[in-house]
Amino acid sequence: MAENVWILGIHMTKFGKHPDKDTVDLASEAALGALSDAGVSMKDMGILAAGNLMAANAGIGQQLQKQIGQTGIPVYNVANACATGATALRTAVMAVKAGEVDYGLAVGVEKLAGAGLLGAGGRTASEGHKWDPKGRYGAVAPLDGRVGTETMPGVFAQIGMEYGHKYGGTSFELFAKISEKNHAHSTLNPLAAYTKRMTLEEIMNDVMIAYPNTRPMCSANCDGAAAAVVVSDSKLKTLSAEQRRRAVKVAASVLTTDPWEEACQVLPNVNSLTRNAARQAYESAGIGPEDLNLVELHDCFATAELVHYDNLMLCEEGGAADFFNSGASWRDGKTPVNVSGGLQSKGHPIAATGIANIWEVCTHLRGEAGPRQIEGAKVGLAHVIGLGSACGVHILEKAA
Amino acid sequence: MPKSDAPTASGRQVPLVDYLILGSDPHLEASECTQCQARFFDRRNACASCSGTEFKRVRLANDGTVRAFTIVTFAAPGVPVPFVSSVVDCDGTSVRANLINVDPTPEKLSTGMRVRLTTYSLGTDDDGVDAIGFGYEPV
Ligand SMILES: [Zn+2]
Repeated sequence: MAENVWILGIHMTKFGKHPDKDTVDLASEAALGALSDAGVSMKDMGILAAGNLMAANAGIGQQLQKQIGQTGIPVYNVANACATGATALRTAVMAVKAGEVDYGLAVGVEKLAGAGLLGAGGRTASEGHKWDPKGRYGAVAPLDGRVGTETMPGVFAQIGMEYGHKYGGTSFELFAKISEKNHAHSTLNPLAAYTKRMTLEEIMNDVMIAYPNTRPMCSANCDGAAAAVVVSDSKLKTLSAEQRRRAVKVAASVLTTDPWEEACQVLPNVNSLTRNAARQAYESAGIGPEDLNLVELHDCFATAELVHYDNLMLCEEGGAADFFNSGASWRDGKTPVNVSGGLQSKGHPIAATGIANIWEVCTHLRGEAGPRQIEGAKVGLAHVIGLGSACGVHILEKAA
Repeated sequence: MPKSDAPTASGRQVPLVDYLILGSDPHLEASECTQCQARFFDRRNACASCSGTEFKRVRLANDGTVRAFTIVTFAAPGVPVPFVSSVVDCDGTSVRANLINVDPTPEKLSTGMRVRLTTYSLGTDDDGVDAIGFGYEPV
């Protein structure tokens, strides 16, 4: 019987601009915060899993150890697009589950403030030279802009439009209303990069990035880090009553990738792998979507949030627009979604996001979310997706 | 891969991508897995669906239906904006392409609209070779 795994300590930095801190500073702040929250030290850790995407070859895990404790434990540097943080946590969870270690530390960190558009090829056109076929498509020129778009806002815009085409009920205004909700939620989150409530008109009249996503409907590039300490069930039993009370059960930890489907190589399909992850997570936790008290999902764009209502089975298939229009995903609704403000206002320091979403859920389950507390929260779900694609779903449960 | 380095009155032409077949009847071709019929536009090592390694070339329908689109107004440096990116369903095969010869405004575009493949010149290089791109225009 594999070990149950618990989050013993968790921490996130303020998201936003940190010009005076580098990735190691931010990772250290998150890691030391999580260790202190857990009431343990680096000496207790049996494994470190560290995620950083933009400098994935730099060995952030070892850099972090050199700052906060070189104990010689195995370090896994992970990079898995926007699911990097969730992958780091899952790596630590797997080590505990396997019985190899009692304690694991997972960290995700990113410096992104001021970064431009992500996901684009960035190659410049070469007109006036020689048309020279290159690469797997034998292309004589960069394809971004000539054969559709390769940028994230455009890809996720199409994903939202495709959902609307299939099921109906969507509009520019509906997508903007989703963003309005998340910006409203962010006003209660002091760690969010942006905490400004925006009107529907402001959101709709802002700069259009890729129709129907205007700028406030896109995730905010920023700096930040988050970290979590996980512990085995048997070790937790030996800890103090206070540590046991605040521990949060990892009821499910799932990672999936795209299964083959027609069109998945033309437009990434963020739906099937999320649905598969959600199904596995509900099954493994023995919990259904109706039991969730809050959800932090990957609203990298307003269009993405809509499709994930459906993918995470918060509504019936095809019912995402109705689900939103019913008010269900507002903080006083049936299934509050992104009460942190989500990626659109809390911010999206890529590798930190997966653990930050889990931090938000844990903080509510511990009853420590202050003014934005979802009263009586017992179960929550955290979801991230990175294109390519990878999807992480974690279901978390308050200690009994 | 067939190369359409075909001579024309004004000189030689080269397609933007291998899967665009030029000549008097421009169309797209895909590699189809002989085992499971999955279709691909790029050079394949094996089939992503069934791992088979036998493929045949198949011609795609030139007509299609827009399944998704976006109007991109912010792009990487060097990419002219605005442009309309879309996914076009051509008789069950999805194609990523720009919608062209249409106003890039939400009023002029909709999912479900019928479109047809068309080609255009990307300009000539130093050797006088004309690169030909493709897109879909409203029927
Ligand atoms: Zn096949």
